[in-house]
Amino acid sequence: MLWNTVLLALREIRRNVMRSFLTILGIVIGVGAVITMVTIGGGATLQVQQQISSMGSNLLMVSPGKRLGPGQSSGNVAFKEADAEAIIREISSIAAVAPVSSQSIQAIFGNQNWTTQVTGSDNQYFHVTNRTVGTGRQFSESELRAGAAVCIIGDTVRKKLFGGQDVLGEKIRLQKLSCEVIGLLEGKGQSSMGMDQDDVVVVPLRTLQRRITGNQDVGLIQVSVQQGASTDKAQQDIAKLMRERRHLAPSDDDNFHVMDMKEISKMLTGTTELLTALLSAVAAVSLLVGGIGIMNIMLVSVTERTREIGVRLAIGAMEREVLMQFLVEAVVLSSLGGLIGIVLALVSSVWLAGVLRVPFVFNGPIVFVSFLFSAAVGMIFGYFPALKAARLDPIEALRHE
Amino acid sequence: MIADAHLNDVGSGSRIIEFKGVTKVYGKGYATVEALRGVDLSIDEGEFVAIMGPSGSGKSTCMNILGCLDMPTAGTYMFRDVDVGGLTRNQRALLRRHYQGFIFQGYNLLSRTSALENVELPLLYRGAGAHERRDRAMEALETVGLKGWESHTPGELSGGQQQRVAIARAIVTGPAVLLADEPTGNLDTARSREIMDVLTDLNREGGITIVMITHEPDMAVYAKRQVHFRDGLVESDALNGGAR
Repeated sequence: MLWNTVLLALREIRRNVMRSFLTILGIVIGVGAVITMVTIGGGATLQVQQQISSMGSNLLMVSPGKRLGPGQSSGNVAFKEADAEAIIREISSIAAVAPVSSQSIQAIFGNQNWTTQVTGSDNQYFHVTNRTVGTGRQFSESELRAGAAVCIIGDTVRKKLFGGQDVLGEKIRLQKLSCEVIGLLEGKGQSSMGMDQDDVVVVPLRTLQRRITGNQDVGLIQVSVQQGASTDKAQQDIAKLMRERRHLAPSDDDNFHVMDMKEISKMLTGTTELLTALLSAVAAVSLLVGGIGIMNIMLVSVTERTREIGVRLAIGAMEREVLMQFLVEAVVLSSLGGLIGIVLALVSSVWLAGVLRVPFVFNGPIVFVSFLFSAAVGMIFGYFPALKAARLDPIEALRHE
Repeated sequence: MIADAHLNDVGSGSRIIEFKGVTKVYGKGYATVEALRGVDLSIDEGEFVAIMGPSGSGKSTCMNILGCLDMPTAGTYMFRDVDVGGLTRNQRALLRRHYQGFIFQGYNLLSRTSALENVELPLLYRGAGAHERRDRAMEALETVGLKGWESHTPGELSGGQQQRVAIARAIVTGPAVLLADEPTGNLDTARSREIMDVLTDLNREGGITIVMITHEPDMAVYAKRQVHFRDGLVESDALNGGAR
């Protein structure tokens, strides 16, 4: 009997293809949007996690001020190169330390110019950030010590300034500094913060300090902890060392911050997860609206088919059979909407994942839950119209014009 | 099902319908209308009864009560051995499903649905399988002379053909009684005669009891017995070609 009712409902839906489609459009969009949001959000989160783990779980970042990120006030006491040296000297579990200072500068080659991030550091920088110099070479000791006018550029900068041309030995201008390109970094793609990691020019730290920023400050110290050593322990050791070097009284708060990858990961994935949740909530509202659409059309349908209901009651349909018929019709409609929405969502997720360059992660549970939810929407919003149909007086219904 | 068990006692005696002092009052207070005012009427198995009378005479109300769509205000309605007044809405639905067939003036077929599917409808509620439904529906359509028209929708059929589909739908379950409410009301004389021939055959050869409302004396002569209503009472009750 239930199967027959489902067939009956399908027949009814087929009889009114256009209207049925418009009825379920709300559900299609709702389910489609929810699944797409969650899938893309999941992909973005995964990408952040992957990138962070590709940086190495043993990475620590020591930054002045309380937290890394926007809103870092300039009043904070910056690090000096000596701080980085102290870390590697004093703490035994550290594998490498790179003092880093960056500034956004326009790089010029010939008639091409490109604004990029100029980073001053030393060869440890490549080690700590897991980067390699593809062609060319790293900085030499004397270049580092003297602050020589040499640089290693990322692939994006090469493309923007040189096009297809050979770069080694060419000279690019960074403000008043003209420096020779001695190496080209291997490509690394987008970072977890959405930044192009290949859009970078690396120069020796002293070159940056003397020729560009004009001070001895180090913006950030990146620390790589030895494999197998505890990052927590290293974190504590660095904090202790920095407190000493900065002469902080025991009652003072830290005026620097040591972050490990777990913390950075949490910070970044937290943002994407919050965004995903917000967008999904908006999409879920459209599911609700879709449900109201179904109720609306089912009510119209009941009125329109009053005579039919009269006939059914007259030939011996029981109240609950008529109720079931309309309820099943609403559920079949909304489930159909759910199915179309799922297909649409998968197609658009794959496409969007490609466009946004995030991995496509099939999220089984959310697809299943969305489907159940769409069926439930049909059940809830179809019940009232179905009850109305079942309660009709057959005599009145048969007389209905 | 309790209702089914109850209905097993319907029996199959010679008396199929018995009205005793059936009264139907619509409305309340001063606005009441007495549609039936104590009707006594009994119909035996195998009869073909035409119910006639001017509008407002109570014949439609009588039909609704006969079809268990409405309940008498007072009096008893026995369908075979069952007191219909004591049945619930669902039990009355089951009684209709198993023992009664309906034909309406306006055919009341499901539009955009093939003749076959229309005829299958009552079997669907009986829980018949797809094969059984199809076979019995085809058989019923053949009985009313519509073999070859099963895949046409009502829109593609003439009025007479639509009414025949409706008759096939009414008889497909093999009901004990066929209740026809002005079955020829929307048809011209030639089509009306065709329909009456079909009904007469069903009554004679199929042995189905038929109760038909009509206001056309031409159609009433097809019945074996004519009952005239006036002002909510039976005015006359006579066999065709002689007094009862």
